[in-house]
Amino acid sequence: MINVIGKRFWFLIITGAYLLFCIISLGYFGLKPGIELTSGSLLTVRFTQTVTEGDLNQELANLGYGNAIVQATGGGDFIIRTSELSSEDKTNLENGLTTRFGQITEEEFSSVSPLVAAETLRNSGIAIGLATVGILLYVAWAFRKMPKPFRYGVCAIIAMAHDAVVALGLFAILGKIQGWEVDLMFVTGILAIIGYSINDTVVVFDRIRENVTKGKSLDFATVVNLSIVETLPRNLNIALAVLFTILALLFFVGASIRSLMVLMLLSVTAGTYSSILLAPSLLVVWEKGEWGGLFRRRPLPAKSQ
Amino acid sequence: MTRRDKAFLAIISILIILALLVVLPINKGILGKRGIRLGLDLQGGAHLIYQADLSQIEPGTGAEAVSDTIAVIEKRVNALGVSESVIQRLGEDRIVVDLPGITEMEKAKKLIGQTAILEFGELIEGEGEAKWTDDLGKWKPTTATVDGEEKELTSVYFKKNTYVTTDNLGRVLLVFEWDDIGSKMFEQITTRLMNKPLGIFLGNDPLLGEDGRPIAPTVRAVITNRGQIEGLSYKEATELSKLLNAGRIPVPLNLIREQTLSPILGSTFVSKSVMAGLIGLTLVMVFLTAYYRLPGALASVCLLFFTIWMLAIFKLIPVTLSLAGIAGFVISAGMAVDANVLIFSRMQEELLLGRTLNAAVEAGFRRAWSAIRDSNISVFIACGILYWLGSSIIASAPVVGFAVTMVIGAAISMFSFVIVTHVLLRLAASTHLGQRLSLFSAYLGKGK
Repeated sequence: MINVIGKRFWFLIITGAYLLFCIISLGYFGLKPGIELTSGSLLTVRFTQTVTEGDLNQELANLGYGNAIVQATGGGDFIIRTSELSSEDKTNLENGLTTRFGQITEEEFSSVSPLVAAETLRNSGIAIGLATVGILLYVAWAFRKMPKPFRYGVCAIIAMAHDAVVALGLFAILGKIQGWEVDLMFVTGILAIIGYSINDTVVVFDRIRENVTKGKSLDFATVVNLSIVETLPRNLNIALAVLFTILALLFFVGASIRSLMVLMLLSVTAGTYSSILLAPSLLVVWEKGEWGGLFRRRPLPAKSQ
Repeated sequence: MTRRDKAFLAIISILIILALLVVLPINKGILGKRGIRLGLDLQGGAHLIYQADLSQIEPGTGAEAVSDTIAVIEKRVNALGVSESVIQRLGEDRIVVDLPGITEMEKAKKLIGQTAILEFGELIEGEGEAKWTDDLGKWKPTTATVDGEEKELTSVYFKKNTYVTTDNLGRVLLVFEWDDIGSKMFEQITTRLMNKPLGIFLGNDPLLGEDGRPIAPTVRAVITNRGQIEGLSYKEATELSKLLNAGRIPVPLNLIREQTLSPILGSTFVSKSVMAGLIGLTLVMVFLTAYYRLPGALASVCLLFFTIWMLAIFKLIPVTLSLAGIAGFVISAGMAVDANVLIFSRMQEELLLGRTLNAAVEAGFRRAWSAIRDSNISVFIACGILYWLGSSIIASAPVVGFAVTMVIGAAISMFSFVIVTHVLLRLAASTHLGQRLSLFSAYLGKGK
């Protein structure tokens, strides 16, 4: 049998390394928040004439919107992001642009007041926090017959947080390169990650629970390793099945849902990894009280069957 | 096959037939018009959130004021002729207005936000502060004293039965009726203003006729209970009468969120996602069958059932399908398959341990149940919180759509896979197909 758990320190070190990378890129690039979270207006216009980004920026500055952020989307479409526009402001802006560049078509308009934005941000935080606590408590309760059930909950939450940090890191980089924004859709995606990840983790933990109850081995590491190997086919199969569907949506539906699908693609991959390797490894390290071992030269080997 | 299995089988068949009856006929469209309702992000439209300012009204009457406001907005939106519009209260003092297919945002906003009150004025003779000024001179609101109180004459005293008609000369008339107070006031005013003009104003401007000139008829007789306004175009008169009948919004409204979404995704999106869905579904079914053999084929049948049931429930409730809803659909379909994969993995393990098929089926189900239960409950917890996030305070259709889809998906998958798969597997095990163990596992076939 493969000894997965024996290599737990490697997983933890590698995981720590790329999580650090994610956190650094998060700190360095920062996230690009959408107007839903920061307030403001987003106007997508199409010009009949050829307009360059520079021209548009200049005209916006003339009209008194020097802070506006312009982004070309191709096909003559531009997204103009400003602070919150009132109806009159918007009409003035559109008239100004028409005078300078000829006929324009308003493709989309969205406006969020600072009040709503602040509330959205706060409530998204509360929602993610509540979901975390709720799941922690449920998992602890579901594993109440195990010794130290709280640890299962905590490890499941750490696996979840891992997935979320990876997603945040990726979006920090994509925000820099592709201009992808973090909005309510992203929050939904993060909650999808939580849902998927917890599902996977529970499956592995469930098997640990069963094998411990059966008394398969006295060594916790061995039991955990056995459980991982036993659930491996299921975990990989389900990840594949979901990936098929996401890939089909990604390729056949296209740009409109690309960011959400990429987030989901990532969540399935990260969720599978964290459920199979990260959460059980943490459980074993905790059980054996090996936290110091991470910093020692000689990791304690686990017994394999 | 036991009696219980037969009963389950009958129930399942009935449910499938019912669901098919709901989803079909296909030619009416599974998605889009007359089919599953598409969210604004898929079909385009306007999304508005208003905050009602309740500071001016008596404490405790806020809820009533907001429902009255919603009723008025509903009437106005109906006047716009928008189908499938959604007008809902959000939290305590907010109102969401979703107008699918509306692209002329300014027009929609004007119609919703406009408090249509007609005010009547008289010309100022000598000195006085003018409220309105036009070609005819300076106007002030005309008043009358009723029950010892001086009141301004406005359309507040109209009965809500204003209508438009044409007289025998083909002139368009907006006909209205005064209520009791209005009748008394109008009697006094028409007496006082005999042979003088009566100005009509909408907001800060005089009401303009079709010819672009202010409408200010000269009073020719003492009138009590009814009146008519002449000179509007038919279209204007109709719109105005609808607004007057809809009544007044009782509290000031502030627009705090607005969004127009262009229907760029449109019909191609629908056909593309149906195709993507079918391709994804087929791939998963092929994969399941290849890996898990006969149980995999049964699971594929169940996945098909799952999809039909989901579509039927989406149509029945109805659930609005948005982009996030599609994501929720994929994840819950994945979790539905997952329940099956869990059961089959356990079955294969049990078979490899040398159990009989029947015993393996039962053990597979019993063992897999705890994991299925725990993971679904975790999903319910997360989605309950999401639903709160999306519906109570910030109103985000995508978030609510995602949560609702996931919850329905998890519920159906628990039913569909735990009951349907179970019955089908037992059925398969009892026929001669089930005696060939190789159909149940690729590993077993080679060994025996």
